[in-house]
Amino acid sequence: MTDAWREQLALLPDYLGAHLQLTIVALAAGLLISVPSAIAVTRMRILRGPVLAVAGAIQTVPSLALLALMVPLLRTIGFLPAVIALTLYSMLPVIRNTVTGIEEVDGDLIEAARGLGMTPNQVLRLVQLPLAMPVIIAGVRTATVWVVGIATLSTPVGATSLGNYIFTGLQTQNHRAVLLGCLSAAALALALDGLIRGVEVASRSRRVGLAGAAAVVTLLIGLGVASMLIDRPPAAHGRRITIGAKTFSEQYILAKLIAMRLEDAGLDASTVESLGSTIVFDALATGRIDAYVDYSGTIWANHMQRRDMPAAGVVLNEMTEWLRGERGIICLGPLGFENAYALALPRETAARLGIGTIADLAAHAPELTMGGDYEFFGRPEWAALRDEYGLRFRDEVAMDSTLMYAAARAGEVDVIAAFSTDGRLAAYDLTVLDDPRGALPPYDAVLLLGRDVADDVRAALSPLIGAIDDNAMRQANRLVDVDGRPVSEAARYLLRIVEGAP
Amino acid sequence: MSAPGAAPMITLDRVSSSYDGGRTLAVREVSLDVAAGELLVLLGESGCGKTTTLKLINRLVEPTEGGITVAGRNVLEHDPISLRRGIGYVIQGVGLFPHLSVRENVAIVPRLLKWPAADVRTRVEALLDMVGLPAAEFADRAPSALSGGQKQRIGVARALAARPEVMLMDEPFGALDPLTRDELQEHVRGLQRRLGLTVVLVTHDMTEALLLADRIAVMKDGVIVGCDTPGRLLNDSTNAYIRRLMRMPKRQADEVERIAGAAS
Repeated sequence: MTDAWREQLALLPDYLGAHLQLTIVALAAGLLISVPSAIAVTRMRILRGPVLAVAGAIQTVPSLALLALMVPLLRTIGFLPAVIALTLYSMLPVIRNTVTGIEEVDGDLIEAARGLGMTPNQVLRLVQLPLAMPVIIAGVRTATVWVVGIATLSTPVGATSLGNYIFTGLQTQNHRAVLLGCLSAAALALALDGLIRGVEVASRSRRVGLAGAAAVVTLLIGLGVASMLIDRPPAAHGRRITIGAKTFSEQYILAKLIAMRLEDAGLDASTVESLGSTIVFDALATGRIDAYVDYSGTIWANHMQRRDMPAAGVVLNEMTEWLRGERGIICLGPLGFENAYALALPRETAARLGIGTIADLAAHAPELTMGGDYEFFGRPEWAALRDEYGLRFRDEVAMDSTLMYAAARAGEVDVIAAFSTDGRLAAYDLTVLDDPRGALPPYDAVLLLGRDVADDVRAALSPLIGAIDDNAMRQANRLVDVDGRPVSEAARYLLRIVEGAP
Repeated sequence: MSAPGAAPMITLDRVSSSYDGGRTLAVREVSLDVAAGELLVLLGESGCGKTTTLKLINRLVEPTEGGITVAGRNVLEHDPISLRRGIGYVIQGVGLFPHLSVRENVAIVPRLLKWPAADVRTRVEALLDMVGLPAAEFADRAPSALSGGQKQRIGVARALAARPEVMLMDEPFGALDPLTRDELQEHVRGLQRRLGLTVVLVTHDMTEALLLADRIAVMKDGVIVGCDTPGRLLNDSTNAYIRRLMRMPKRQADEVERIAGAAS
């Protein structure tokens, strides 16, 4: 218990530091854009509608979608797309409150200021902004709390944040991690909110509102710049190898395994976890990460847009050629196991209905509910499978892949699109249906490397090729998903198998 | 009390102003001379154009037609910012800045004019003494810690900070209780005489106009319907509106006299 907590707490400085950096840089950039925009709005009434509409529209885009959209727009992952999305998010409360604050200043005071001979800029600086400051600061505080919360969603676009606790924790059923992530994000939000309020109160008591605001802005920018300088990865000996992972346990385990192999070879390695499956592929193609594990069927259907279904060996060869030729990605080879989509249902249901294959299932489908992960029902494999067998379910429910197995066991859905290596298939007594017509493509796990990786990296990773069979992977997954062991323990289990292999 | 022969301090020559591009005129062909050292009251009911006329002088409102001079200079050729810094301005409801101390409020125009800090300090303290609110006690107070009459005294001190020759006052005593108003009217009249200020004061209060003014310009519907000394307006005006306007203070005075007579 204590060890498990200690293992999670050890990650806190990294996650919290990265989270703070994202928050502060986004808030500072947001302020630098929002306050001048708001001032422009109060000067040129015609801008009011458009500026507030744009800021409002940004706010209505679901935050996770806005973050994910930044990746293709900026063609990169990590800090930059996250910070830009968060900056956009911080703008509405600050713009709205600044406009309101300035507009609500008593007209007589503006008249007096003009009559005394203040220029429009002096009216703004000496009268409007100081008097609007409490309202503006309230907007900044709202933005701060929002940004701290939304920054937890930076994890899937490759920016480390307190969201790493939450995303990884949810996938690996580590409730300690989830709790720690939520509590630290809440504490950070309260702390920053309190800090800004403290500075404001202190400055107001001396009636120098503008100085107070300047202090807050300077503080934020200063902290942001300082944290960026401190957090720069050391550009010293050799470069760090970055390994990507998608959003499920198997991916975390394999990324950790790859990192362990590289570290054992004396190389510097780090992992970026919980990336969306398109994001991780693009990140490798553009050199933002150096390695990750993907599945041949995914690349075949999603990236190569192929609809035909040749034998596994052909898929592997053509895919390797395509990756090298079209994307400059090196396919080091298959790891030895297949993690296919497989339709599964509780054993007793299968027995009761006499279902052994997907063809048998088709007859019962109209009475059954089908569950799949978020991607599944949008993937070309599903369309191919559905059309091949004429599957028409009563309902199709997309959910988190972690919850899918328990949902099947509890009877909340009848059939799920499971991952064939998932340890929960056996643990929850689920039967995997045969695919007699071969409608689902092969999903050999393949180790992909960026074109620039050095020979020593290849040498360190080559022993992984062909070394992990279905059973080994299922065991490793089971350690995490069913037994609740840490990812590192499952990775060490695989490492022993790899090193023990001839 | 106008000084014939001397060049007027302020002139308005057939000035019209519209706030909607010429369709409606807030003031129409207003002509007015204010002599140096004179206190001229612009009197009229709300919406008559008296405040607009006042604001034309420091260009808070721009004329659509006509010419305006202050101290012999055409204000339309004058940068409005430096023009305003050279003219004292006291508004209705005082307009003290709530986020600044009394000292900071009074120091605004000298600071805008970039006076040396020591000069600003000396000037502020002299002004506070002049308006009867000693610096030692009042300089560091917030405006919210002052009474209505004290606020308006600070408003006057602020307007006089940069030693203007001209002061514009827009209903300066409107929000005060009668005793405070009377006291402050006396005070301002005294200051005006002592400093030789040229003052244009806007009010709708006929008694106030009669008691303070050297001359009164009566406005109705954007035009000046009569302009003369209080005595002549009270007794000799041929204008029906002015006669009606003057009937009230007269009747009040007669009434007060009658009551006083009956009591004795």
